[in-house]
Amino acid sequence: MNRLPLPPNEPGAARTKNADALMTEDPPTSSPPLLQVRDLRTSFHTPHGDITAVAGVSFDVAYGETLGIVGESGCGKSVTALSIMRLVPNPPGVIESGEVLFEGADLLKFSDKEMEAVRGDGIGMIFQEPMSSLNPVLSIGRQITEPLEVHLGLKGNRARSRAAELLDMVGIADSRRRLDDYPHMLSGGQRQRVMIAIALSCEPKLLIADEATTALDVTIQAQILELMKNLTSQLGTALVIITHNLGIIARYADRLNVMYAGMIRESGTAEQVYMTPAHPYTIGLLNSVPRLDRPASDRFDPIPGEIPDPGNLPSGCAFRPRCRWATGRCEGTEPVLEPFGDRQKVACFESGAVARSSQVAWT
Amino acid sequence: MTASTALQESWSKLGKFAPTLPEPLLSVRDLNVHFPIRRGFVIQREVARVRAVDGISFDIRPGETLGLVGESGSGKTTAAKAVIQLSKPRSGSIKFEGQELVGLSTSAMRSVRRKMGMVFQDPYGSLNPRMRAGDIVGEPLKVHGLATSRDDYRSQIASLLSIVGLAPAMAERYPNEFSGGQRQRLGVARAIAAKPSLLILDEAVSALDVSIQAQILNLLQDLQEQYDLAYLFIAHDLSVVRHIADRVAVMYMGRIVETANSADLYTRPLHPYTQALLSAIPTPNPIHERSRERIILKGDLPSPLAPPSGCRFHTRCPIATDVCSMTVPELRSLAPDQRAACLLAPGYAESAI
Repeated sequence: MNRLPLPPNEPGAARTKNADALMTEDPPTSSPPLLQVRDLRTSFHTPHGDITAVAGVSFDVAYGETLGIVGESGCGKSVTALSIMRLVPNPPGVIESGEVLFEGADLLKFSDKEMEAVRGDGIGMIFQEPMSSLNPVLSIGRQITEPLEVHLGLKGNRARSRAAELLDMVGIADSRRRLDDYPHMLSGGQRQRVMIAIALSCEPKLLIADEATTALDVTIQAQILELMKNLTSQLGTALVIITHNLGIIARYADRLNVMYAGMIRESGTAEQVYMTPAHPYTIGLLNSVPRLDRPASDRFDPIPGEIPDPGNLPSGCAFRPRCRWATGRCEGTEPVLEPFGDRQKVACFESGAVARSSQVAWT
Repeated sequence: MTASTALQESWSKLGKFAPTLPEPLLSVRDLNVHFPIRRGFVIQREVARVRAVDGISFDIRPGETLGLVGESGSGKTTAAKAVIQLSKPRSGSIKFEGQELVGLSTSAMRSVRRKMGMVFQDPYGSLNPRMRAGDIVGEPLKVHGLATSRDDYRSQIASLLSIVGLAPAMAERYPNEFSGGQRQRLGVARAIAAKPSLLILDEAVSALDVSIQAQILNLLQDLQEQYDLAYLFIAHDLSVVRHIADRVAVMYMGRIVETANSADLYTRPLHPYTQALLSAIPTPNPIHERSRERIILKGDLPSPLAPPSGCRFHTRCPIATDVCSMTVPELRSLAPDQRAACLLAPGYAESAI
């Protein structure tokens, strides 16, 4: 399990060393980032009107780092990932504008054929539902060898033994024999292991996990997350974890983006955002989670109101109707993400006051 | 034999720490729910059986919350369904307000169900999309004949809606016009409409976003205080359960492996499965998370058709020895108000059943 399962003469080997070297420095400043998303906007044109799911999102992912994207339903976190992969269902979805620079090249300008090469080879993705992501009528061996044939040109027995190695790598015992199994013969956790094997089969530089462990039981969730984190750090793969679970982000992510109503509201290192949150929504989220790391509390202090309808967002700051710090200014103008201290960014006019009160709450 | 002497007897069977507390509202003893797997053409032979619930016992006292925790397939939902007799127990006893429910006729069960409300996980699937919100909430009033007139019916619905934090005018709307959190409020309003003494909450907040989940948990706590409701709170998330439950029972493959009051279970879990479950939950605290060692269980849940011999957890247990595959551990009192079924737990060998 600890050995790097790379076939000889593969460029991935060099890549891994490279990423290790970078990890020791400050990733965002020492080299151009692996992925740069710039002002991404994605909408859905439905019969009931247009819905802007992603409303101008910009962020970077450095080589080898783990970025978390956290938010509740409808915040745009999954559509952001699908837009990066150019997998937004069209119609009704349209990527309206922006740039997705992957190693400097704008994926939004790629042809469909070029994009196919990027998926799997450059960027791998794991979804929530392993049963619907795997083809039920193909053996798992066939499904793992397919990207090996398409992207790496491995054929026949070579592809098969590489597929078995990949199953070993994700912790599926008796791998040679299991290659002939069909998805329904596997448990939910094993299916997600197979998905990880497929996603990492061509050693992508970036792995996006979209609620990849949400449907699993907690003990299996822990197994899968540890596996994903260990493999990506061994291979030097950058990891984007998309989840609604603040605990998962706290454990695994170096940095995170907090999304609400299609925009990033706060970003920073995990320590910064969890310890000195400066956006009212972040604070509200943290106050809404039952926490095993603190004494049991009698009541929650939840965010009032409901998540707004994405087709009918409030004017100004979309969080304003649920915010206890909101002023008249929040109604007229949408706050933009601005630097707040060192490497933390917040989209809130009142961030100073908000951060001060959150520090009081902590002590 | 009076109910209370029977109770004393069953408590004394349970352990040396017989509680001197009010009589339980719900008392479940040695409950078994099995699902036969049948094969064959004309004659359906039973080829196997899933012991979904395999001899569990628990009490819930008035106004108390018992958290029933476990992963998928642990039997927690089947146990809850057996309590309201939606799944038929193979054996065992379920006493509610002193009345035995196992073997009760359908019509007699209907009047008992008035005292038990149920809230389900899926706020989308559990509300009839063709009924107006008011009629959904008012249905128990109709079924049990609790409204004296049309006006009374309407005013009861209006007050139920405002109790759960919805505007009475929303009674005219259909479920699709409500958000997930509002639908779950509707589900709670329906569950309390007939003024029950026990609410069974089956993963009632699991599908909700955290900000909405916190609101519903607060609502449930308020209702409990106001109406002295007892809750059977079924969930897979131990951190949510700690927040709401007075006592917790942890299930694994049809059996209760540990039960204790909340404070003890979370600070000093005795069963390795409880320890692993607690350890698997990541907390929203990066400093704490990165410094802590986690217990990562090996393998998957075994097939319920062929459960492991002895302790059912031994195939995944980090501390299991040979004896664990041979002997079935009993739930023993290992500390005041804390029982665990682990042969290797401290004090197990010395303690009585």
